[in-house]
Amino acid sequence: MENNQTKTDEVKPKAPMKSPSGISIIWRELVRDKVALLSLIFLVLIVVFVYGVSLILDQEEIVKVDLFSIHEPPSDEFLLGTDYGGRDIFGQLIIGTRNSLSIGILVTIMTGLIGIAYGLIAGYFGGHIDNIMMRILDFFLILPFTMIVIAFVAIVPKYSVLTFSLIMTAFLWMGIARLIRSKALQEKELDYIQASKTLGSSNFKIIFTQLLPNCSSLIIVTMTLNLAANIGLESGLSFLGFGFPESTPSLGTLLSYATNPQTLEFRWWIWVPASILILLLMLSINNVGQALKRATDARQRRG
Amino acid sequence: MWKFTVRRSLIMIPQLIVLSILIFVLAQLMPGDALSGQVGPDVDPERLEEIREEMGWNDPWHEQYARWMGGVLKGDFGESFRFKMPVTELIEERIANTFWLSVVTLILTYIIAIPLGITSGRYNDTWKDQLITGYTYVGFATPLFIFALVMLWLFGYKLGWFPTSGSVTPGVSPGTFEYFMSKLYHLLLPALSMALITTFSTIQYLRNEIVDTKQKDFILTARAKGASESRVYNRHILRNSLLPIAAFFGFEITGLIGGSIFVENIFGYPGMGQLLVESITLRDYTVLTATTLLFGVASILGALISDIILSLVDPRIRIK
Repeated sequence: MENNQTKTDEVKPKAPMKSPSGISIIWRELVRDKVALLSLIFLVLIVVFVYGVSLILDQEEIVKVDLFSIHEPPSDEFLLGTDYGGRDIFGQLIIGTRNSLSIGILVTIMTGLIGIAYGLIAGYFGGHIDNIMMRILDFFLILPFTMIVIAFVAIVPKYSVLTFSLIMTAFLWMGIARLIRSKALQEKELDYIQASKTLGSSNFKIIFTQLLPNCSSLIIVTMTLNLAANIGLESGLSFLGFGFPESTPSLGTLLSYATNPQTLEFRWWIWVPASILILLLMLSINNVGQALKRATDARQRRG
Repeated sequence: MWKFTVRRSLIMIPQLIVLSILIFVLAQLMPGDALSGQVGPDVDPERLEEIREEMGWNDPWHEQYARWMGGVLKGDFGESFRFKMPVTELIEERIANTFWLSVVTLILTYIIAIPLGITSGRYNDTWKDQLITGYTYVGFATPLFIFALVMLWLFGYKLGWFPTSGSVTPGVSPGTFEYFMSKLYHLLLPALSMALITTFSTIQYLRNEIVDTKQKDFILTARAKGASESRVYNRHILRNSLLPIAAFFGFEITGLIGGSIFVENIFGYPGMGQLLVESITLRDYTVLTATTLLFGVASILGALISDIILSLVDPRIRIK
């Protein structure tokens, strides 16, 4: 007993040290990991460039069919040539990247909101509520995503970018919900939640002002990684012809021209730039996400 | 063991019912039907209405559902309007094609994953491990359809090593050895494209399992008793690490379904994934409901298989 007392006295620091803030930890991790830093710079440049240029470019102008310049190879007039409708590929690439990024971000935020709320409620209340909510989630999880989204896209009468993102959201919120739920299950057993309960805080207040901030690192990491996955899913669906309509170019619609064997074999300028751009986008978002993941786990930090 | 299997199988029944209702309602909600595209000067709209009445398309949905479900249980999916043949006959060959594509993909996935995962786990944090981890990293970020397109472009068109569409060379009679080889030749490139991309999760999982198992006490005991390094790896570590991989076998099925939709369309391989997309474009509802239902049932069964294997491997799940 005596011994224990002296030990804790020794460990106690003389002056309270300030622990580094979350942002400075993330920054240190990014600076340490050169690949992630480069990815971040690349992403910022792409976003600024794409959104900036598309302010000047007119989408209507770019998707207008021009029968005098069908399938032109790259030249001074058309930086990356034209497609079968004589439309400029370079312009479509910029607008397409903007559209793909926008829908990726939109879907990530919407799935995040639904998934976080669902997971927090299931995990916090536990018991029967958790049981029922998880059975519903299991059912959604079993459905083959691509198949069910294709079927939904085909039945929506007034099909638009918004309905497309809603359909994607409806079948993508389960992953994050499950992660948040297991985190909430662990977290609610901790003393601060119990103390707050004893003090008489309402459940609503505990969930959204105490439980939620403590899940934030998990949420940020998951949503970053989800963003990359969602951009991939969108381009995949557009590629099959069940995503964006052709009048709204995206990286996927550009790739879908490659289903024509002639285009695939001889007209590289139509599909190669879009493929490279998707790959670079997904790789760099993943790199940043992995760096964030390490920053949230003290054992894995490099910085 | 049996208790768990029975209980787990019972959960499947409501899942199957909800799935079938969902698919049926979806098909009902689709705008237009197989006849609405055939309106022309020589077609009498009243005659079309008569056909609709005859087919029972104007009945309330639950009656139609009961009729459809009754047929499905007897193995009758109805008649395809576009292909002018019973759906069962139409999908018979397609299912076989997709089944073989999936089998070859799975075999290739494990052929790639197991040696790479073992190497990466055994020599973790060496250059070999970093190389393999780098591959899984890129594989994780690459969308399957882009990779498949590049494979088709490279090996199908530029090098001409593989056929670019179809599932068999026309004119070869079924049953012969030549027919078998031609089938295999046609599905090798799609299967390889799918396996090379989807294998990354298995590699990573196997690597982490081996790294974990390596530090356990029973391995220390085995080494202390003088077991050779190869014996430690092949008999003790591998056996313990492969079991969880086996358990994920069922979940691979859901992944294969998603993958086959892309791969079959890119490689022009006549399977269920291609039929699904065709049936939506052609508004052929009987085919659409049949393909989606079969895909859904396959993934529900996959989840069931995984849960049962998991319960065999890990007794804690059974008690829950």
